Amino acid sequence: MDRKITSNTLKERFARRSFLIGAIQGGIGCLLAARMGYIAVAENEKYEMEAESNRVNLSLIPPRRGWILDRNGSPLASNRADFRVDIIPERVNDPDQTVNLLSELLNFTPAEREDLRFRLEESRGFAAVPVANNLGFEDFAAVSVRLPELPGVVPQRGYSRYYPTGPAVGHLLGYVGAPSREEYEEEPQPLLMTPGFKIGKDGVEQQFEMDLRGVPGARRVEVTASGRIVRDLETRDDVQGDPVRLTIDGPLQDYAARRLGLESGSVVVMDCLTGDLLCMASMPSFDPNSFSDGIGRLEYSMLRENDRVPLRNKVLQGLYPPGSTVKPTVGMALLGEGIDPDETVFCGGGLRVGNRVFRCWNRSGHGSTDLAKAIYQSCDVYFYAMAQRTGMWPIANACMDYGMQQQFELPVANQFYGTVPNPEWKMEKYGREWQAFDTVNATIGQGYMLASPLQLAVMAARLATSEKVTPRLALNSTVPQFEDMGVSAEYKAYIRQAMSDVVNGPGTAGRARLPMEEVLMAGKTGTAQVVGLNFSDGRSGPWRFRDHGLFIFFAPFDNPRYAGAVVIEHGGGSGAAYPVARDVMTFMFDPNQGLEALHALEEQWGGTAQERLDRQYAQYAASQGVDLPPAPPPVTLARQVDAEARAAAAEPEAPATDAFVPREEANPRSDETIT
Amino acid sequence: MRGSVTLPTPLAEFPWRVVIPLIMLVAFGAAVLHSAAGGSMDPYASSHLIRFGVFLVVALTISYFPREWASYVAIPAYIAVLVLLVAVEAMGQLGGGSQRWLELGFMRLQPSEVMKPGIVLLLAAYYHSLPAAMIGTWRAIAVPLGLIALPMALVLLQPDLGTSLAIAFGGVVVMFLAGIPQKWFIGGGVAAIFAIPLAYTFGLKPYQQQRVLTFLDPASDPQGSGYHIIQSQIAIGSGGISGKGFGEGSQSQLDYLPEPHTDFVFATMAEEWGLIGGLFVLVIFGIILRWGLIVARDAQDRFSRLLAGGLTATIFFYVAVNLMMVMGLAPVVGIPLPFMSHGGSSMMTNMLCVGGLMMVERWNRRSIKT
Repeated sequence: MDRKITSNTLKERFARRSFLIGAIQGGIGCLLAARMGYIAVAENEKYEMEAESNRVNLSLIPPRRGWILDRNGSPLASNRADFRVDIIPERVNDPDQTVNLLSELLNFTPAEREDLRFRLEESRGFAAVPVANNLGFEDFAAVSVRLPELPGVVPQRGYSRYYPTGPAVGHLLGYVGAPSREEYEEEPQPLLMTPGFKIGKDGVEQQFEMDLRGVPGARRVEVTASGRIVRDLETRDDVQGDPVRLTIDGPLQDYAARRLGLESGSVVVMDCLTGDLLCMASMPSFDPNSFSDGIGRLEYSMLRENDRVPLRNKVLQGLYPPGSTVKPTVGMALLGEGIDPDETVFCGGGLRVGNRVFRCWNRSGHGSTDLAKAIYQSCDVYFYAMAQRTGMWPIANACMDYGMQQQFELPVANQFYGTVPNPEWKMEKYGREWQAFDTVNATIGQGYMLASPLQLAVMAARLATSEKVTPRLALNSTVPQFEDMGVSAEYKAYIRQAMSDVVNGPGTAGRARLPMEEVLMAGKTGTAQVVGLNFSDGRSGPWRFRDHGLFIFFAPFDNPRYAGAVVIEHGGGSGAAYPVARDVMTFMFDPNQGLEALHALEEQWGGTAQERLDRQYAQYAASQGVDLPPAPPPVTLARQVDAEARAAAAEPEAPATDAFVPREEANPRSDETIT
Repeated sequence: MRGSVTLPTPLAEFPWRVVIPLIMLVAFGAAVLHSAAGGSMDPYASSHLIRFGVFLVVALTISYFPREWASYVAIPAYIAVLVLLVAVEAMGQLGGGSQRWLELGFMRLQPSEVMKPGIVLLLAAYYHSLPAAMIGTWRAIAVPLGLIALPMALVLLQPDLGTSLAIAFGGVVVMFLAGIPQKWFIGGGVAAIFAIPLAYTFGLKPYQQQRVLTFLDPASDPQGSGYHIIQSQIAIGSGGISGKGFGEGSQSQLDYLPEPHTDFVFATMAEEWGLIGGLFVLVIFGIILRWGLIVARDAQDRFSRLLAGGLTATIFFYVAVNLMMVMGLAPVVGIPLPFMSHGGSSMMTNMLCVGGLMMVERWNRRSIKT
């Protein structure tokens, strides 16, 4: 091309090319200006919105939970304002350091520190993990000032659930806790991820969740990129959840729970006229107050290792052979079949059927026995003899009419319905023919028969009124009309009298007599043997081989108002059960007299149920140290408890092969009446 | 002498035409840095102003250097900076990590920064000495390419892609202005088209590849490497025409914008001052760059011309790449905005360029007088 390049050509070339570069620079400048104009003007609205959504953070305020009230309007569960600290796992940079610093600031024990570390690991990234609640202001402030070192830690003022009577209502009300992953997946709402929000985990808290929950408030805050709140912009208050009013009589519930004392058992009391459940106590229990921040490993280990299954609500999920408490019902069945109550059977300590002898608990015999005596003296032979005449079906039908094997429409998570055996059932289940000894076993509430304390209480109420009383737990002002069971007034009075004689006459539970003139309580004792005679005498030896003690009752006997049942697991016989019933009913009619009796007992036991539980926990904590397996999430826990309960209450794998042999003097005699 | 106003010679010769826009830009930058620090002169704005003051004196001092000094110092300066680059690399190796700077107390000196005006100076001197007839020969291309490649390689080792590209850009612009035949540039461009995929696959580190991908589609990773570009555009876009007001930018004040005082200072500014502030900055840069090109055009000899043109291009490279980056037109490379971003190295490099341009302007004036 141009061969002769001189410095002048180069100078021209420079001028051209520098002009080109200048033009390119100007072009890029214009491009930048246009681009900026496009972003800032044309797309301004879009970017303004994005900047706003960066800047403003909408956070929910957990609604205050509705109160749970007893029938008189006193709170069984309320809320307490508190300071609390949570962690949002996904914002934590160094979990170990966070846990250590928090443990130091809040003076955690090594076990609590481990719990926190574990909870944090388990729920990484999901929802807020509670660290502590019920903090004093100083602890709260100590955490608040160190926040810059603790990313992801959220201290806030909130409310925690408060159960004034603690363990007494544990099984009945359940407890609350942070929603689990499963619960969130079932109901994927942002509220469930909000720190401090609690969901009902069991019992009434769970059943009435939607009523109790309320409407969350909202807070619009300005936040930095790292989530630090700069200032509040706008706040909408929460709406507290609706109160739920139960038929439970709070003081009675507390009294009954405390009266159970060191025993493992349950007390149910209901109103005969309305079916209102006044008391559903099950002990030993847990303290729902200490469950609301998740179950600590110490607590869980302690509860799990306890062979009295404190996590099971025995009122609904405890199944026991009803023993002799079934006899008044069987009596009703006999009357219904036309047997004359005055007809007597001679009890010589046993009944010979064919070439076999079925024995009475009273080996020396009751002598000439009519129905009333068979009830108040709990004579087995009378029922053996009469049942041979009627067969099993009328008895099985009566048992079911009186509430056994029945599930009631109650707002509870789970009720076990037990077993009333009959020939069809046996054939289906075991493929065997019904035998004479099966009837014999059933008439005295042994063998396959299983009932829950709630069903026994319903049975007592129906015996008392001859109406199909159905229990209810949610209070309303209507007075339900129950179906009449078609028992004649004469027979009704007859059975009432016989059951009164158990307590107030020549019966098996003279010590159950109420310490007052004007009210007479009627009842029926029962002893459910859990192992054969050759294993244990039923009263001493290993706890789990001892007999269950049962008692069903109603009062006043001639105009029944209250009915109920007491079951003491492995109490060593009905003698463990009826004093509890006596004191509970005493409290019902005369609280001061009832409390006097309780205070004397609690002095022996070493404090109220709450005090004993706290002490037990402290002891356990001291003896165990940190080396415990972690607690499972609450949902798993509940499932596990159910599974255990069901396994424990399962019917025997193999059919019974022989008659049940009642233990001699299985029903401890009343001192005054039996000579 | 232009104009009718008679001023005392030192005042009249003082380079007002660049110093006044510079002071406006730096002062505006200090205001933005004041806001980026949450409404405080410390730590950014005050040191920004002090550095500007110091380097303005340095630049004015440079402007008095005679032409002979400048061409004489070109080769030793280049060699010295190369030695420093090797030294930094060696220290980094010994210290067990990459190090790019020498600690000078009041600032950290990055030798790679000095290389940007250094390469321009050297190539200007080289082409000046090259006979005009030889511009079409291999010597006119191979030697400069080697001179560019050497420091580039050292800087890439650090690794600092942005700076090595800046060095290359300055050098290539000098070659272009020196009159290298067009075919080489066309050929180079075609080669680059083929080289880019290869360089992307084999030359870039995974994080750099990610940046390129993110640039092509920022929304693909809004919390990760796309975050910078997205937040920067939100800041600029939400500023609108007149901005949110001084100290009121939520993106920068609440830490959504990354690096609000260095690479993304323009976004910080645009959020609070809006399109008006942005155009102001663009116009000032336009004035400065236009002044640089006028100085180059008026230069009396080849060396001065190429030096002024190359220095202007170096400043332009900073401005263009930074602004394209914050507006989402280029991938995220760590290149600050001259005279506004907080940072000693960038201030130094750009003030050295300005000093060199003022020097050339003074030579121009002298040659007119004489």
